[in-house]
Amino acid sequence: MSEIPEDLKYTKTHEWVRTNDDGTVTVGISDAAQDQMGDMVYVEVPEAGRAVQAGEACAVVESVKSASDVYAPVSGEVVEGNTALADHPEWVNREPYGTGWLLRIRPDAGVALDHLLEASAYTEFLAAGEH
Amino acid sequence: MVDFGGWDMPLHYGSQIEEHHRVRRDAGMFDVSHMAVLDFEGAGAQALLRRLLANDVARLREPGKALYSCMLNAHGGVIDDLIVYFLTDGRFRMIVNAATRDKDRAWIERQAEDFDVRVRERADTAMIAVQGPQARERALQALPPPAARAAEALASFHGAPAGDWFVARTGYTGEDGLEVILPAGEAPAFWDALRAAGVAPCGLGARDTLRLEAGLNLYGADMDESTTPLESGLAWTVAWDPPERAFIGRETLEAQRGTDHARLVGLVLKEKGVLRNHQKVRVGGVAAGEITSGGYSPTLARAIALARLSGVGGDSCRVEIRGKLVPARTVKPPFVRHGKPCVTIDPI
Repeated sequence: MSEIPEDLKYTKTHEWVRTNDDGTVTVGISDAAQDQMGDMVYVEVPEAGRAVQAGEACAVVESVKSASDVYAPVSGEVVEGNTALADHPEWVNREPYGTGWLLRIRPDAGVALDHLLEASAYTEFLAAGEH
Repeated sequence: MVDFGGWDMPLHYGSQIEEHHRVRRDAGMFDVSHMAVLDFEGAGAQALLRRLLANDVARLREPGKALYSCMLNAHGGVIDDLIVYFLTDGRFRMIVNAATRDKDRAWIERQAEDFDVRVRERADTAMIAVQGPQARERALQALPPPAARAAEALASFHGAPAGDWFVARTGYTGEDGLEVILPAGEAPAFWDALRAAGVAPCGLGARDTLRLEAGLNLYGADMDESTTPLESGLAWTVAWDPPERAFIGRETLEAQRGTDHARLVGLVLKEKGVLRNHQKVRVGGVAAGEITSGGYSPTLARAIALARLSGVGGDSCRVEIRGKLVPARTVKPPFVRHGKPCVTIDPI
């Protein structure tokens, strides 16, 4: 059973979103997603300053098995990418909600997070996908 | 679990990379029971195989000696790659790929009509590969005594029967080790005994990265019926002598031999990233071909690949990865052998 922290929001493409005190959001991929992909060997994160649209591919995670795009959950400006992952892609496996975070976005003014899934909804979404 | 040629197989038992390292540093095991075992018996067995295979089984003089070969169609395309063991006069054992078993059997049976030979598939067997520097030592503790004695005496690339069991000092990882064919019913207990002897279960994922590092081709990716052995890095498996041996596909290979045909080469990425199957490769700004098997090498901590290229000169090329051209070095495989890197890795 994968870990799905209650205090985060999720997307159907398996990103998680944490709202920070400064109004930015941190984005990563869920425990279920990293588990499904297997050992990570390469991570590409966007540079600070890049403007992203919700749903736009903004990072890449590659495991031994496959490459996956990571989609921006909200529109905004990239504040920071987790560049340490270039040398430590395995952090995405080890701590998907911690050191394995991918990027921080400052959402555009007026952007809400209502379209994102609560932990319970994401849990149901995963369960439905298993059948 | 994934579907592989109709078999439900584990991609890994936990971590593909850890399984890979276990084989390079100690010992790992693979359930390769999906591979098909074909026994050839009859006065015409050798003559049939000399017609059927691009390599020459007449080279096998001592019982137990193994030969790696391609089986070609009339146009020199590779129907399958396989290992054949010479058992005794008039008896050979062949191991073929799972996904190709039906077409292989149909092809072999058609060719066998004119020969005094009986071909029988051994569907009653399982096969376990134990690979790594400590593989033989650990396997000897787990094998039944007669098979252990046979395994202990084996020279590299030889096999020997021991009752219902067959042990061979072969593999698909670039490490020393054994491949054991045994009655299917005895396989679970043998697997448990190997595990007790310290051999780590490994899945298809590690099997693929290990064979790629070892520069060993995967059928269906690095070669198929549309490519010849010469275009697939397998010229060394074609026995040209004696010239009068008319193996199937020979005319095409003779015509291609010495020409400037496409070749399979190794690639080592010079930057971070991962090489994947079908990425396009450019040499001197010109399209030169594509990657046939790409991936991440856990031993080298770098992306490596096999690629079929035309007009390669020098040792550099560029690979198109998500729209970007990333520099790579062309090398002669293998990339890793017996745990040691054997190619140049450019610092990043």
